[in-house]
Amino acid sequence: MRDHSKIIYSTMTVLLAMSPLFLNKYWVDVLNNVGLYAILGLSLNIIVGHAGLFNLGHAAFYAVGAYTAAIFNTRFNIPVLWLLPLCALSAGLFAAIVMRPIIHLRGDYLCIVTIGLGEIVRIALINDIFGITQGANGIFGIDRPSIFGISIRRPHEFFYLIWGFVAVSVFFFHRLENSRFGRALNYLREDEVAAEGSGINVAHYKLACFVIGAAWAGMVGDIFASKMTIISPESFSFWESVLLFTLILLGGSASIPGVILGAFLIVGLPEVFRGIANARMLIFGGAMIAMMIFRTEGILPSRPRRYVLPDESSGESRA
Amino acid sequence: MEEFFQQLTNGLAVGAIYALIALGYTMVYGVLKLINFAHGELFTIGSYLGLTLLTSLGLSDVFGPVLAILLLAAMVMGLVAVVGALLERTAYRPLRESPRLSAVVSALGASIFFQNAVMLIYGARLRVYPLGILPRTAVNLFGIYLPLVKLLILFASVAIMTALYLYIHKTRIGTAIRAAAIDQGAARLMGIDVDRVILIVFLIGPALGGAAGLMVGLLYGQINFTMGWVYGLKAFTAAILGGIGNIPGAMVGGILLGVIEAMGAAYISIAWKDAIAFVVLILILIVRPTGLLGERVAEKV
Amino acid sequence: MSMLCIKNLTKRFGGVMAVNDVSFEVPAGSIMGLIGPNGAGKTTVFNLITGICRPDQGEIIFDEKSIVNLLTHNIISLGIARTFQTIRLFQNLSVLENVLAGRHSRMKSGSLRAMLRTPFQRGEEEAAIAKAVQTLNFVGLRRDAAQLAKNLSYGNQRLLEIARALATEPRLLILDEPAGGMNEQETTNLITLIRKIRDQRTTILLIEHDMSLVMRVCENIVVLDYGAKISEGTAETVKNDPLVIEAYLGTDEE
Repeated sequence: MRDHSKIIYSTMTVLLAMSPLFLNKYWVDVLNNVGLYAILGLSLNIIVGHAGLFNLGHAAFYAVGAYTAAIFNTRFNIPVLWLLPLCALSAGLFAAIVMRPIIHLRGDYLCIVTIGLGEIVRIALINDIFGITQGANGIFGIDRPSIFGISIRRPHEFFYLIWGFVAVSVFFFHRLENSRFGRALNYLREDEVAAEGSGINVAHYKLACFVIGAAWAGMVGDIFASKMTIISPESFSFWESVLLFTLILLGGSASIPGVILGAFLIVGLPEVFRGIANARMLIFGGAMIAMMIFRTEGILPSRPRRYVLPDESSGESRA
Repeated sequence: MEEFFQQLTNGLAVGAIYALIALGYTMVYGVLKLINFAHGELFTIGSYLGLTLLTSLGLSDVFGPVLAILLLAAMVMGLVAVVGALLERTAYRPLRESPRLSAVVSALGASIFFQNAVMLIYGARLRVYPLGILPRTAVNLFGIYLPLVKLLILFASVAIMTALYLYIHKTRIGTAIRAAAIDQGAARLMGIDVDRVILIVFLIGPALGGAAGLMVGLLYGQINFTMGWVYGLKAFTAAILGGIGNIPGAMVGGILLGVIEAMGAAYISIAWKDAIAFVVLILILIVRPTGLLGERVAEKV
Repeated sequence: MSMLCIKNLTKRFGGVMAVNDVSFEVPAGSIMGLIGPNGAGKTTVFNLITGICRPDQGEIIFDEKSIVNLLTHNIISLGIARTFQTIRLFQNLSVLENVLAGRHSRMKSGSLRAMLRTPFQRGEEEAAIAKAVQTLNFVGLRRDAAQLAKNLSYGNQRLLEIARALATEPRLLILDEPAGGMNEQETTNLITLIRKIRDQRTTILLIEHDMSLVMRVCENIVVLDYGAKISEGTAETVKNDPLVIEAYLGTDEE
């Protein structure tokens, strides 16, 4: 079973890596969008999937990162890739500051607050807050990224940048979820009182997963800004947050393969249905309901962690 | 001063509409602990059904304006209630034993489905309610001129909410609804037919939302297929503000939100109007984490 | 020397005096029982000790330090652990992971070390797993390590709660009705386990309705009724105290 899925995942990875060789520009760009949603999904997954916190305002953190990149690149000509740490820092810091006073709110109260936060950020951007976001038209003229002097412009080039970033994210998030930190998030998702009563600082971990998720989304914002070269508040609407939230639950909450599959579905399905133009979102909505009814846990649900146990008698056993 | 009272009336009228929609969120949440994200779309459907019935039936020619509006409201509420019950049957009932987040995604799916269904049927452009159903006059109240439509909407909403309040508190079914909201398991053990309670909630909530949709059409004269998102979000905010699951809380929260928004738009900045509501919400939740009228239930350990 | 010292503890819920001016001491290395009719305020005392709610008045001294204003997780890391009356396991996680929760406060690695998977982090993780397995062995659940907690029998779920608490290496272990829902055989095994825990120099404070268990294992007993302490002493003393007899027999409860 495990070897089986290993083969499948390796094959998929190789196929994906080679896909720009036989896909046209349009479809490579679709894959690039899938990649961006996959990273955003992974960053939201530790909040929604692992900690079970109801975040419907993730676009706000993404926006902070994107605008940080846009402002620093257009005003000070700092290359966009060098801005990655700054974007992570600003989005993470933003999350730490705004979530701090409200992190103790329960379930649905936290949900509406995150929605509100997303809206406040979007409206602030439209209103040209601090005179630096340039209002509803947004910021244009953002540089393309360049690596070792090679400018990245075409979708085929962006493909490797974005999916490289996906690979790095998978690598780190996989480690994160299989650790003391990841377990702590699961404990508080299962039962906050018992988690606190077992010695886990629940408030700290809630805030920490928001900060990490936000920082990661901030870096995606940087890549997004440089890919588009123009960003405006409309790219960070409530709808974006809804899509991210949905892709996690469709694919499989707290499951990395699930989240990536979810990104393919969310970006891919409407593309596939493009033939029936107007009705595609109708079908999409219906499909969301059907999938939740027939695969409540998502398509690739998370599997229990495996541990190598020291055994009394024979070799190693798994738990 | 006149400006202030006009803004107040604006706020109260919009707030009453928020309150009507918020009641649908809060009642459903009370019994199912589900945020019905499709509720905003039921409101939109009410608005569009109102438009269709208004233009196709020509009720006001036969019955005169007052009776026509009442008939129209009854039909819209009835039809939207049926849509609500169908929604519950298809999208929520199969997920009743599932994790809560799955049901939320189903609700978001239903929302997208309805929104696009409305768009496909009525088109993406905004639609206009026929003028002249309600007289566009102003009423002189203590020397201040206030638009009749707004006063009527305010009056109608208060009447509907009073009726609902009495229904919930004075009838057997109302008691059953309140019991199921407190503890569904215990209610079932006491012989309450919880499925029936849920069905009733999914009839009343959407009916109120549909009525609100009709009111928005009559008030502003223009409707579009995405307005359910905005009104739904505001009404949900109102429900949380009052303390979700709490029926008087939804009424208070809605009215309060409408007034805050109107005042904020008038005296602070119209560009920040939509953000003001959320800022106030967040500030209130920092002080009262379960909303204004929400109970502070300490978890039993 | 007393491990835990409670002085004039008072807690009101609305108009109800849940705990009314209660004082007692738990000697280090002892097994102490807290008994009383339903609603006497026993669990509230536990919640006050573990910081789940705050007392209106009074002092709680653990190992010579006041712990009244500390947060629950800080109290746990000082060396108090508890189980819950209504079983509160992490139902969808494995038995091993439930015990690892108890190890949390004795570990250091945060998110950064986890992402970089430093040698320290790996060593710590291995040690935590080894310790958790050892604890599972101790309570007799080693074979179920890979099961999900929700698939355990009721009695074993109680044992798992104890294992999770023990994994924090407490000096004071607080058990809230550990024998609740256990059959006779399981209760007998539990008594052996409780003694074994004490023999490892862990002080124990427990609430229990099974009087035979209380009388057999507890060296000292405190009796609460309507939030107030009505008696204290050895099993023998308490059993013959007229106030206690009245509290139990004079009401319809139990």
